[in-house]
Amino acid sequence: MDSPDISKTIDAVWKIESPKLIAALARMTRDVGLAEDLAQDALVSALEQWPKDGVPRNPGAWLMAIAKRRGIDHFRRNKLVDHKHEQVGYEMQARQEDAAPDFDAALDDDVGDDLLRLIFTACHPVLSTEARVTLTLKLLAGLTTEEIARAFLSTETTIQQRIVRAKRTLADKKIAYEVPSGPELNVRLGSVLEVIYLIFNEGYSATAGDDWMRPALCEDAQRLGRVLAGLAPNEPEVHGLLALMEIQASRSTARIGPKGEPILLLDQDRRRWNQLLIQRGLSALARAERLRAARGPYTVQAAIAACHARARQADQTDWQRIASLYDELATIMPSPIVELNRSVAYGMAFGPEKGLEIVEPLLGNPVLSEYPYLPGVRADLLFKLKRFDEAKAEFLKAAELTKNASQRALLLEKANSCQSA
Amino acid sequence: MRFMMLVIPKGYETAQPNQAPDAAAVAKMMKYNEDLSKAGVLLSLDGLKPPSAGVRVSFSAGKPKVTDGPFAEAKECVGGYWMIQVKSKEEAIEWAKRAPMGDNEIIEVRQVQEMEDFPADVQAAAAGFEELQGRK
Repeated sequence: MDSPDISKTIDAVWKIESPKLIAALARMTRDVGLAEDLAQDALVSALEQWPKDGVPRNPGAWLMAIAKRRGIDHFRRNKLVDHKHEQVGYEMQARQEDAAPDFDAALDDDVGDDLLRLIFTACHPVLSTEARVTLTLKLLAGLTTEEIARAFLSTETTIQQRIVRAKRTLADKKIAYEVPSGPELNVRLGSVLEVIYLIFNEGYSATAGDDWMRPALCEDAQRLGRVLAGLAPNEPEVHGLLALMEIQASRSTARIGPKGEPILLLDQDRRRWNQLLIQRGLSALARAERLRAARGPYTVQAAIAACHARARQADQTDWQRIASLYDELATIMPSPIVELNRSVAYGMAFGPEKGLEIVEPLLGNPVLSEYPYLPGVRADLLFKLKRFDEAKAEFLKAAELTKNASQRALLLEKANSCQSA
Repeated sequence: MRFMMLVIPKGYETAQPNQAPDAAAVAKMMKYNEDLSKAGVLLSLDGLKPPSAGVRVSFSAGKPKVTDGPFAEAKECVGGYWMIQVKSKEEAIEWAKRAPMGDNEIIEVRQVQEMEDFPADVQAAAAGFEELQGRK
């Protein structure tokens, strides 16, 4: 019988406990950087003691007790005269004494608000996008620096430095550890949702040869999305994003062919879509739509994904509804990429001429100048209109722009079929 | 990766068909269910009626035989399950350890077989399997 590897057990406990631990410590110390250091100290102690003494019955409370003790030592050692720090040190000591009989309750019951504060802090717009992503994975998903480096094809040193800099920025700019309110809430929530969706997309863009840490980012993002949905249950866009991720993730096995080649949505074997994730996605979408009739961008995108999820075969897709949802998206979140997708939906719903009418104004748009899907979409529409010469030129242009070898082969094949047609 | 945590409650093999669970125990269990949900790991969960309300269909010499519960020979019976999505087997074990179970109760932790784990011929034979899942 193989007994479970203790270091893997400690790692698992860390993944479960560290976000709550750091969140609660940050409230006590009012310093996210210090909170993470204290939590790391507790992890080091666990790595020393648990292999000898076994995993304690309540590992979260154990880690919290050690981290608090280290925190109190830290404030004593610094002999802080600053009133605020003195008070924080006192508060920690008081909590230590109060909470001693039941650390568990202290950790569990009021940690929800702390976690929400931690998410908003890690995703603060004062940080660069990559710093927000890194800090979120480190503080809220319990990933190690090494795991983050592997997932982002980077080095541990780079990630470590990014974390140090991000923590320093939070301290220098005196970012308050709080959940924003009023008009600020929407902007800040937007940043949180953006970070989670970026993590998801990073995982979704992983290819066959990649380290498994990369596709695992999808699950990390889904998990963060589910946690956030529990913490902010009345925010429609939180459920919208969760719905979008669950539905997209439902296709993860169907979207890669046996040779690792990407399979486009309409060509996927829909029998392989994960129905449990689709059900979860549809119910999250329904919740988002119940909370607010006017859909936000994530909810609209989830509604589009849901149209595909509901169609058991590609030819049963409700393209007219998808076209009208893209109209909605183009109004609330206009972008050339949305327009391009809208043109595809219009082409399917109302015929290729209607699609082409939306594509033509996009030609020459600098955002799309290197984007293979622009000539690719245009080529498909021209092909359907039997304008084969133009279609061929566009297929060739798309083949030249794509960085994906199997996609290039497919486009060249289509270009050839224009010749014979 | 997905794991199923199967609950084997003590004495469930002899429980009465309409035995209602104890409200205090249910409240404790709800707290645990919520913890799983709040942590973002819970995918689905269900409870099963006692074996005395069920039947066993056994097969011998090509013939099915139906036996009403409770099943005299059964020492342990499943009472429900949680389906969770976690990072490792160790994490699944950690969650199982936190369940509010009484003495001599059991949680069996089993990883869900993913289609990608199978060789190509098995995958081909199982084409359409995912479609059958989750249909209500």
